[in-house]
Amino acid sequence: MADSVWISIDELPVEVEHGTTVAAAILKSDTAGFRRSVTGKWRGPVCGMGICFECRVTINGQPHRRSCLVYCESGMMVRTK
Amino acid sequence: MTGIEREVVIVGAGPAGISAACVVAETGRSALLIDDNPSPGGQIWREQDRHGSDWQASHWLRRMHLYRVDVMSGATVIDGDPGRRAIVCETANSVSTIRYKKLILATGARELFLPFPGWTLPNVMGAGGLQALVKSGMPISGKRVVVAGSGPLLLAVGAYLKGQGARVLAIAEQASWSRLARFGLGLPKQPYKLAETWQLKRALFRVPYRAGAWVEAALGGTVLERVRLRVSHRYWEAPCDYLAVGYGLVPNIELAVSLGCQLSGGCVQVDSMQQTSVPDILCAGETTGIGGVELALMEGRIAGFSAIGDRLNAQWLFSDRERFRRFARRLQKAFTLREELRHLPSEETLVCRCEDVSYRRIAPMSGWRAAKLHTRCGMGPCQGRVCGPAAEFLFGWNCQSARPPVFPARIDSLIEHVDK
Ligand SMILES: Cc1cc2nc3c(=O)[nH]c(=O)nc-3n(C[C@H](O)[C@H](O)[C@H](O)COP(=O)(O)OP(=O)(O)OC[C@H]3O[C@@H](n4cnc5c(N)ncnc54)[C@H](O)[C@@H]3O)c2cc1C
Ligand code: FES
Repeated sequence: MADSVWISIDELPVEVEHGTTVAAAILKSDTAGFRRSVTGKWRGPVCGMGICFECRVTINGQPHRRSCLVYCESGMMVRTK
Repeated sequence: MTGIEREVVIVGAGPAGISAACVVAETGRSALLIDDNPSPGGQIWREQDRHGSDWQASHWLRRMHLYRVDVMSGATVIDGDPGRRAIVCETANSVSTIRYKKLILATGARELFLPFPGWTLPNVMGAGGLQALVKSGMPISGKRVVVAGSGPLLLAVGAYLKGQGARVLAIAEQASWSRLARFGLGLPKQPYKLAETWQLKRALFRVPYRAGAWVEAALGGTVLERVRLRVSHRYWEAPCDYLAVGYGLVPNIELAVSLGCQLSGGCVQVDSMQQTSVPDILCAGETTGIGGVELALMEGRIAGFSAIGDRLNAQWLFSDRERFRRFARRLQKAFTLREELRHLPSEETLVCRCEDVSYRRIAPMSGWRAAKLHTRCGMGPCQGRVCGPAAEFLFGWNCQSARPPVFPARIDSLIEHVDK
């Protein structure tokens, strides 16, 4: 892939095009859910624009990042819950 | 903490904010655009459009670079102090106070999401939401998608997804054919819009468009597996990969409210020069009323002229603005939400997705304040941005309350802000 970026999602390597958001990369990797709700249900992104907070994941150790607002960068470590 | 000062500061780098910034920067004044998304363009001009076919997007983004508008992306404005003419802005690793002579709020709109059984399953998304994710790199080719909800956005999303190789199984519009026909008859007065509709028609060739249809339930175990639509008096069910459902747009008024701007009909109230009720704060675009990209551009330019005190140039644009506003009012009427949607949630359906509060617990409350106090509805990280407008529609409550910070801020941001 020309101009691609490698990141790790739950310790699995994923290759995406430059300019891909972390949310889009997680959806590409077929991960079932992004996070668990307060009562333990799986959730995934809804608004795609930073409003709903359903796409929260841990990025490079920083929890509760809205993955739809962050571009993938080489070597990024992403954790869903 | 850093201190920055600019003549005109604009919050929101969508069409309204960008056009306002260009008007200001073209006169040699310093303009700063702040936006929480990773790159400028707002909800409509995302990454892929900028080199692509959207001439409006390339035109304005080129102009923005040409006149060296300062852009701060990935930065959220969380608070402000109109008395000191300052706003507080947070990025992933810093906080800054920014001073302005004039502030233009162009914070745009978000989608209206309404609860129905299964709406919290992963892969049930907003209509514009799914489009935004695909524009930011999510693969959709070959996937089965149902687009539902209300408004012209459904057509744009359906056409876009089909163009990206998705199998769009249906577009379900809740408004009835008779309402749409009434709206359609008015179209010839808007040649611009009509052309747009024709283009979309070609792009949507063979995609079934069902009016008077809405989602009854999304079904699945851990993720979405099937969707059940109600089409007038019948049901239609199909397996699908994604359900994209949005019931129109809600203006992002929270920042304006926390700065003390007065509202009118749920939108920020402005005068003919886009001036709000607070001195030196102007507002433009969807935040003053849902009206589409042309209206946002027009209001943005007027706000820009207004901010630099150029009344004459602003006045040239008044009649165009009025024409787009009239069209927006007609759209709003055509796509009025039907009563049946109020009865979609079951007792167990969650209304507040952040705190997992069910319809059964919220419905008996006397109002929004009571619901927040007793059920924690609207108290999660989205701060009622999703469930507030939904509760307003379901129960007729007034759910507007914004106290700083308007977005959940990191503790260090708040401490620095208080200490300054
Ligand atoms: C999800 C979605 C998809 C859409 N898709 C289409 C489409 O395909 N075709 C079409 O014709 N119209 C579409 N629309 C409508 C179109 O986006 C609007 O008509 C137009 O973009 C309005 O421009 P604006 O400048 O008023 O607001 P916006 O484009 O919404 O821009 C506002 C910007 O401000 C930012 N912002 C808000 N609050 C803050 C804050 N506190 N701090 C920092 N930044 C902030 C937002 O993130 C956003 O980038 C869509 C709308 C939405 C919500
Ligand atoms: S998808 Fe809603 S905040 Fe990211």
